[in-house]
Amino acid sequence: MSVLVYVENVQGQFKKSAFEVVSYAKAIADQLNTNLVALSIGQTTNDELSNLGKYGASKVLNAGSLNAFDSQAYASVIAEASQKEGAEVVVMANSFSGKGLSPRVAVKLKAGLVAGAVELPQIAGGKFSVKKSAYSGKAFAQVSLSSAVKVIALNANAYQVKDGGSAASVADFQAANAVSKVKVKEVVRATDKISLPEAELVVSAGRGMKGPENWNLVENLADALGAATACSKPVSDAGWRPHEEHVGQTGIAVSPNLYIAIGISGAIQHLAGVSSSKTIVVINKDPEAPFFKVADYGIVGDAMEVLPKLTEAVKAYKGQS
Amino acid sequence: MKILVCISNVPDTTTKITFTSNNTEFNTAGVQYILNPYDEIALSRAIELCEGGKGTVTVINVGEASTEPTIRKALAIGADDAVRINAAPRDAYFVAYQIAEYAKEQGFDMILAGRESIDHNGAQVPAMIAEFLDIPSISVIKKLDFDGSTATINREIEGGKEVVEVSAPFVASCAEGVAEWKIPNMRGIMSARTKPLQVIEAKNIDQLSAVEVYETPAPRSAVKMVDAADMTGLVNLLHTEAKVI
Ligand SMILES: Cc1cc2nc3c(=O)[nH]c(=O)nc-3n(C[C@H](O)[C@H](O)[C@H](O)COP(=O)(O)OP(=O)(O)OC[C@H]3O[C@@H](n4cnc5c(N)ncnc54)[C@H](O)[C@@H]3O)c2cc1C
Repeated sequence: MSVLVYVENVQGQFKKSAFEVVSYAKAIADQLNTNLVALSIGQTTNDELSNLGKYGASKVLNAGSLNAFDSQAYASVIAEASQKEGAEVVVMANSFSGKGLSPRVAVKLKAGLVAGAVELPQIAGGKFSVKKSAYSGKAFAQVSLSSAVKVIALNANAYQVKDGGSAASVADFQAANAVSKVKVKEVVRATDKISLPEAELVVSAGRGMKGPENWNLVENLADALGAATACSKPVSDAGWRPHEEHVGQTGIAVSPNLYIAIGISGAIQHLAGVSSSKTIVVINKDPEAPFFKVADYGIVGDAMEVLPKLTEAVKAYKGQS
Repeated sequence: MKILVCISNVPDTTTKITFTSNNTEFNTAGVQYILNPYDEIALSRAIELCEGGKGTVTVINVGEASTEPTIRKALAIGADDAVRINAAPRDAYFVAYQIAEYAKEQGFDMILAGRESIDHNGAQVPAMIAEFLDIPSISVIKKLDFDGSTATINREIEGGKEVVEVSAPFVASCAEGVAEWKIPNMRGIMSARTKPLQVIEAKNIDQLSAVEVYETPAPRSAVKMVDAADMTGLVNLLHTEAKVI
């Protein structure tokens, strides 16, 4: 018996969200009194791999030969490794690729799946259940799994990274039947940008910014904070910002530590995707804007004046710390 | 070309979510149901690809008779025919199995669905269908072109995008960018009433997951207002009180 965690690398490197899933999976292994085996697919380095031991992996399997992502091929590697390791629980990130992978792995292993987990499982008296977000962040559901093997896909920013372990041993893993039928033609990475679903700080703006020409104010604040930028739906619909930045019920759901909403009214569909943010700051010129009802800090004012001041204040704070 | 689009029937986006029976059931009282917005994007693209007699679009829903207005809406938007698997959806595994069982003998070139449903947000059904059928799946796609045998797809990845090519048959889950929402016209609404809607009984499969209980997020404490002139004060609060910077 064991717990297996599939760890996603980005261009050969593991990022914070990878350490979150390993830490989370380690906690489950502890709950079950068993070991944590990590699986990496695609090219990376030995240092990166053994470093996963710091977050709790006792052994790391390296399927390094498969490269371009294909959910069908990757899922068969993960399922095969899980079976070889006798994994009772299989954990991965609920990332864009995780969303394509976890359902396939679940079917292969005839395992119940919780996608979008936000807490550690509750395991007691033969019952195994996991809390996940539901109704686009308007609620949570405690989902019980009755299958022998369980698959959990963890939301970003839902579990704190815990380190303190030591380097893990790395072993090569050859999967028998991983054939990729999807051909990757091109990969475009915005390397200077912080990935929105994983960001800890998000600066988001809406129609109150009046037009794309004013977005430099939003970007300056985001740069000063080291935050990702986001926007409301009408903003991306109007082409002021790319669709990838649209958050809310029909966009990306985020749960950063800090969400700053500028010139966004706070429609229910927008709040659905952002309300699980830990701290919410709202800047709006209308004191009656509904967003203030769910805010932790509110500023009534004109964004065009408030933003430069806030950016200066952030820079001053960063300068002294 | 034959395209199958999976549609789900979900509470309207303005719905205030509450629960009944000790928080074990979703409170449907007064709730309006709609075609899941992401599925509508998938449907719109399927219709575009088949325009001018290039193919047919079938929509499929796993649901009880109460979902038929949503199925008719999909027909009004432009689907050619519809299938309803007559069962209350138990979990994604159950739903995906039913759709795969229907699709396996039908020779669809592609099966499209929305990125996720806005009620359970599982994003599980499309990739599960693909696994049951042992065909490729591409999740969270932003653009879809098809030349009759090969599709060129943009898909979202962490911090970027990827352009991939895949041969039919395949499954893809659609996000914004794939197509604009289509508004049904009068002719569509009229013809939807007479388009074929086949009802099929569900097959048996084990249930692997179940919702035990729901909860709504804890209410936030009252908002603290900060003067617009005092942004240094705000930064201090974020550092010392909220501890987020
Ligand atoms: C099916 C469906 C799905 C949807 N999904 C989403 C979704 O996922 N995400 C989403 O965001 N929306 C979504 N919407 C749209 C949503 O209902 C709102 O229309 C939208 O969120 C409003 O965007 P906004 O707040 O930017 O614009 P507005 O509602 O126009 O608000 C602009 C705000 O800016 C303020 N403002 C104006 N000028 C200034 C200034 N100079 N300084 C400061 N403040 C100023 C105003 O007081 C106002 O509060 C959806 C709608 C539907 C029907």
